Amino acid sequence: MNQQKQAGTIKIQKENSMLKQKQMLAEHFMALSQVRETGKKVVYTFVPGNLTELIYTFDMLPVYPEINALQSGMRKKSHDYIREAEDLGYSEDVCSYVKCDIGMMLQGNIGPTGQKLPDPDILLLSYTGCFVFMKWFENLKQLYPNAEIAMLHIPYQEAGRIEPDAVNYIKKQLLSEVIPVFEKVSGTSFEEKVLAKKMDLSAQAEDLLIEVFDSAQQKPSPIDAYFGGVYYIGPIFTAFRGSESCVDYYRELVKDVDYRIQNKLGPLTPDGYLEQEQYRLVVEGPPNWTHFRNFWKIFYDQGAVFVGSSYTRVGGVYDDGFRHSPDDPLRSLAEYCLGCYTNRNLPQRIDLLERFIRRYHADGFLVNSIKSCNSFSAGQLVMMRDLEERLQIPVGFIETDLVDPRYYSYSNIKNRLDSFFQMLDQRHTVRVTDDWLSDDVLA
Amino acid sequence: MKVYLGIDLGSTTSKAVILDENDHIIGRGITNTRANYEVAAEIARMEAEFNSKFTLLDRELQSQENGTVNWDDVFLRLNHRFHYLQFEIRFRQLMEEMNRIVEEEVDPSQQDLIRSIFSRVSSTINDTVRERYFSGKISISSEFFRDVFSSVYLDAIPSDDKDIYDRLVAIYDRAITPVENTLISFQFVELVAEALELMQDLDQLHRDTILNQLENVDAISLEPTDYIGTGYGRQLLPFDEKHIKSEILCHAMGAHHFFPKTRTVLDIGGQDTKAIQVDEHGLVTSFQMNDRCAAGCGRYLGYIADEMNISVGELGPLAMGAEYESNICSTCTVFAGAELREYLNLGEKKENILAGLHKAIVQRAFALLARSGGVRNEFTFTGGVARNVAVVKYVKALTIANYGELTINSHWDSIFMGALGAAIFSARRLS
Repeated sequence: MNQQKQAGTIKIQKENSMLKQKQMLAEHFMALSQVRETGKKVVYTFVPGNLTELIYTFDMLPVYPEINALQSGMRKKSHDYIREAEDLGYSEDVCSYVKCDIGMMLQGNIGPTGQKLPDPDILLLSYTGCFVFMKWFENLKQLYPNAEIAMLHIPYQEAGRIEPDAVNYIKKQLLSEVIPVFEKVSGTSFEEKVLAKKMDLSAQAEDLLIEVFDSAQQKPSPIDAYFGGVYYIGPIFTAFRGSESCVDYYRELVKDVDYRIQNKLGPLTPDGYLEQEQYRLVVEGPPNWTHFRNFWKIFYDQGAVFVGSSYTRVGGVYDDGFRHSPDDPLRSLAEYCLGCYTNRNLPQRIDLLERFIRRYHADGFLVNSIKSCNSFSAGQLVMMRDLEERLQIPVGFIETDLVDPRYYSYSNIKNRLDSFFQMLDQRHTVRVTDDWLSDDVLA
Repeated sequence: MKVYLGIDLGSTTSKAVILDENDHIIGRGITNTRANYEVAAEIARMEAEFNSKFTLLDRELQSQENGTVNWDDVFLRLNHRFHYLQFEIRFRQLMEEMNRIVEEEVDPSQQDLIRSIFSRVSSTINDTVRERYFSGKISISSEFFRDVFSSVYLDAIPSDDKDIYDRLVAIYDRAITPVENTLISFQFVELVAEALELMQDLDQLHRDTILNQLENVDAISLEPTDYIGTGYGRQLLPFDEKHIKSEILCHAMGAHHFFPKTRTVLDIGGQDTKAIQVDEHGLVTSFQMNDRCAAGCGRYLGYIADEMNISVGELGPLAMGAEYESNICSTCTVFAGAELREYLNLGEKKENILAGLHKAIVQRAFALLARSGGVRNEFTFTGGVARNVAVVKYVKALTIANYGELTINSHWDSIFMGALGAAIFSARRLS
């Protein structure tokens, strides 16, 4: 049993996969804190289109500023960091991840485990679909003038498909722009077979992740593909893809999910397993990190489960069969970068969301729009309207922020979600009769 | 008889609607929302109950042989007097409270002076208000006790000594809230009988007819068979969860029942603007509400009215007299106030400025409508602001300009849409 009742209180025992992930993170941050002793080189990079396997091929360690920012948000430190960045002149409208990260660095760059993060040896910009990333790294370059820069330009899927020219263009950049910088800084030559081995491990983890996502077809869904999903994607989207431990993590996760399926349990929430699934939702947009539990609670208190989310695809889309491949690893990396969610055009994203709604039998679609994200909040209303028209399902819209707590208004969000849940209730229960259509109410 | 109650606790006004078992609205009640939500809801409910009794009385009397008397006219006058008597009771309570404040908080050297002013103005106030009620100059559904009293009080007190004037205003400010938050149980039959006494020209026969029917009507229980609360303050109502419903669904349902072909609802309330898309059954498919900023809502108009020292009810008619609209930025209430003063300093006509302000509100609402998916035919405009003629004018103009010719519905009763929707949900018991 993962849950024990003790004197009226519920004590949650963490699932094995959670413990495993915690241990992996502790080891990673420990390794980062010891680079002075070990001499390992450090690469700062972003989650979408990340080249983690390639970084490890050169035995370097990745740091993800976005992840640091969201961790700071969850640990209630982001407001302080944001204020620090705003004092420096960053506008209120700038992406709060950027300000949080800059503020954290200015205040000593202490990571989520309390250990100081090492300075970057390389600033690797491997995804350019978020134009803020470029400005972010320009600013980091000023803070770390000795870091090398490697930039990979990823063409947007404007035509809604991956063009062969785009793949070749990225491969060429990897060979001429990225790998030479990695070789120079690490002092190691590139060996394709080392990369290929890691790609094989990536594909294994990706298969298992899809198994987890697809478990949401069950009723009740054993997973929450949004609030739980952000934990499930942790290893594969960050420092571990391509490693044995990453595959081990997903094996554990599949076991945990299987346990829930066998016992007809819902997802594990901070208050225990969700007992009664009332609503099945698909969501577009990242969660709010500063009030993560409070935000989640609004949903699980109502029995709302996310059976699909686009956010859990920003680090890679595996739903349409793509897997990292050892056969032509650089080509595979190129296809991976091109295919990540935010690099897809709007119709593709809508199609993917529609697939989630249908595949996971969702009752409603929700957008959590991000106040300080100018790149990806654009287009969300079109997505919402399009899905409403295509599928005739209730749609809802709320607005929060990533890590700026000033933009989290509990009462506004609760108010809108109450209405949204009631809209879903209406769909569940209304049996339209002629009587219902009676229009003569005026005395 | 079976009746269903819907209560809409808005940020500015609280509304109640009572439906009979045939879905007919038999009673409406409205009051200003105050700090004590329970009292506001109860006052609105009580008003709706009295209004229902008047409706039932009217039904009884209209069904009788009545000779030549115009019952509609009799009822209107009776209603005015009934409301005046309610005012009078609360007015006495307020004067007591103000005198208590004088006794306890005012410097003894000023107490006699202030008491003498009170006794002098109190009969002036009472006479003025009575005349206004009797002549129908006070709108029962949009002017509440504090509005009626303060407009007369501020004119009646002496303004030559600024210190004394400020002191008198401060005493009123201190006294009005506790008095407003006190629930008074008005006795319906007694008050109607008293109101009849104030109609000297009504002959004895008709007076007796009313009194006879009054007792029958009063015997009918209007205890709601079911009820639902909605609106901004719904969570603060002393109702349990199954008697609370989202205002989005209630406004949509209310609009659907008034205008069954409604597909888009725009509701502009005190501090919320809602753009709602509904299907052919009145069920909500999507909605958008203003976030973080209430510019463009009713409070914006209230603020502008304060800045111009006129009542909210005068804004729309004044704006209708504009030759053109001054250009006003629509994004911030406070800045709009600054723009207003700037235009006045430049000598711009206040009608033109007001027209610009009204247009600005509507432009803001249309941005929200665009976010929600635009305007579909038919388009129903609800909420307290829908009573403002200038806002309605610009809603029509912008609808035609942006979405072409389509049917636009608005109604004086639009302010009751949320409460009506809630009452319908309670009658249907659709959770």
